[in-house]
Amino acid sequence: MADGRPAILVEDLTKSFGNVHALRGIDLSVPHGTILGVLGPNGAGKTTAVRILTTLLQPDGGRAEVEGYDVVREAAAVRRSIGLSGQSAAIQEELTGRENLEIIGRLYHLRWAQARSRAVELLEQFGLMDAADRAAKTYSGGMQRRLDLAASLVGKPQVLFLDEPTTGLDPRSRLGMWDIIRTLVARGTTILLTTQYLDEADELADEIVVIDHGLVIAAGTAEELKGRAGGDVVEFTVPDRSRIPDAVKAITPLGEGEPHADLETGLVSTGVGGRGSDALVDAVRALDAAGVVTRGLTLRRPSLDDVFLTLTGHAAEEEEQPNGRRRRSRRRDLDTRGAAS
Amino acid sequence: MTAIAERTVPAGPGVRARFGWAVADTLTITRRNLLVWMRVPAYLVFTVVQPVIFVLMFRYVFGGAIRVGSSVSYVDFLLPGIIAQTAAFACFATAIALAVELKKGVIDRLRSMPMARSAVLGGRLLADTLRMTVTILIVLAVGYAVGFRFSNGTVAAIAMIALAILFGVAIACISAFTGLAIGDEESVQAFGLIWIFPLTFLSSAFVPIATMPGWLQAFANNQPVTYTINAMRALALGGPVAGNLWKSLVWLAAIFIVFVPLSVRAYKRAA
Repeated sequence: MADGRPAILVEDLTKSFGNVHALRGIDLSVPHGTILGVLGPNGAGKTTAVRILTTLLQPDGGRAEVEGYDVVREAAAVRRSIGLSGQSAAIQEELTGRENLEIIGRLYHLRWAQARSRAVELLEQFGLMDAADRAAKTYSGGMQRRLDLAASLVGKPQVLFLDEPTTGLDPRSRLGMWDIIRTLVARGTTILLTTQYLDEADELADEIVVIDHGLVIAAGTAEELKGRAGGDVVEFTVPDRSRIPDAVKAITPLGEGEPHADLETGLVSTGVGGRGSDALVDAVRALDAAGVVTRGLTLRRPSLDDVFLTLTGHAAEEEEQPNGRRRRSRRRDLDTRGAAS
Repeated sequence: MTAIAERTVPAGPGVRARFGWAVADTLTITRRNLLVWMRVPAYLVFTVVQPVIFVLMFRYVFGGAIRVGSSVSYVDFLLPGIIAQTAAFACFATAIALAVELKKGVIDRLRSMPMARSAVLGGRLLADTLRMTVTILIVLAVGYAVGFRFSNGTVAAIAMIALAILFGVAIACISAFTGLAIGDEESVQAFGLIWIFPLTFLSSAFVPIATMPGWLQAFANNQPVTYTINAMRALALGGPVAGNLWKSLVWLAAIFIVFVPLSVRAYKRAA
């Protein structure tokens, strides 16, 4: 836009469900034609944020704009500007791919002829033409996801919300999806992508925000976030749980910050910065000297889990109860929250 | 904030155009739901075969043991009852369909599009009403084949069918509310059995209420399904209509007044 306003602008957005504070004041800004990756565990508030931005939920406080339109006061204009895809399936499995897209086209108020040609256009673009007249339930997981994404593009949206678009897909389908997303951005679409996978955000996003417990706890590029996670990670399992404290003591001098130990599984890990294999050798020596028997000693790149451990002190995987309420007992420190933008 | 004032908002459609789109969107969703219904053999069996089995079973299996008085044959007594029950059962599917769409995120997805938001609910009710009407006509055809006859003229016969459809739509509204409020397919199904079964069986649908124990008669005589079925029976076969029809319509109106707003609210909240 000529006035330089971002495609998505969120200021101090809050939303609670009863006692559960899903969003506690988040800020986001996504320039046109870029991808923002929103990372966070289940229940962090990602989906709530997407639902507010797509006019499905009313915020309690703060404000949000998409393409300059207020999501509350100008919801209809927002809906004309956006597409939503991901977990929520727009696909009716009993209908064919073509029928699905035609019906969506009709709901976008295209004439029948337009709806038909738009459907063909999208089926071709997403490599679904051969399967166009088969019921969508016969599609593979990757094909269904592509059809769902195609459905979100029927209205030619300027801003696309992708809510965990590759969760549950096999690696090949994921790569295919990434290609499609890159193509869309190359054409000027602005994308807000939520994901649980750091590598996905790493691959696609220009900028990443990490959300946890309704707050942006970190923002930056993928590299910056990995830097915060303490670079590479040395990880191993201690079969004899009683020796965990000894193991932690032995490797503490090698790591950057405190090692993390899971007393149930015996998994111990520590960030070792950029020292890589040197740190691995040191760890072997230190553990040997301490007489601790370990299994599966490895050096690996930091994962989202490590970012979370570092930023929040709890693991990224958090169980969500069937009623949608979040389990909050494992929450510990949030002292790094000030790091957010 | 000045930027907001300067920006040009694409002109939203006027009230008339909006109403036109709401109708068009409702028809699109209706079409979608009917297409799905025709594609799934299980749904077809549920809406076509099951009511037919009920007609044949009550006509030939239980019918011989049920006395409904000397003036009327059991098949004539039975058909209005079965039609009402069929309408109620058919619209029970509304609850399940809405619960499934809610859970799968279909409703969310549709609501994020620039379509009329009322169309999801409207299209569902319209599709289910059409489906129910087809079922009712099939039951009538089978009824005719096994001896049922309208004996009160064409106008009254059409009025009976209309009352059955109205009754079914009322049940669909209750059903829509339970589906949206509960939001879980299995629970909706279990809950549906709890209210629809007693309501249809503890009525004058299949047996004269006089054959029930006294405490049950008190319930069966004063519930909406009985009023509706008695009115339908009078319309089909003759006899005094007004009393039952009046009570039936009051009940149905009350159901609409209570459950339409409840369904709409549950739908808005379901987001």
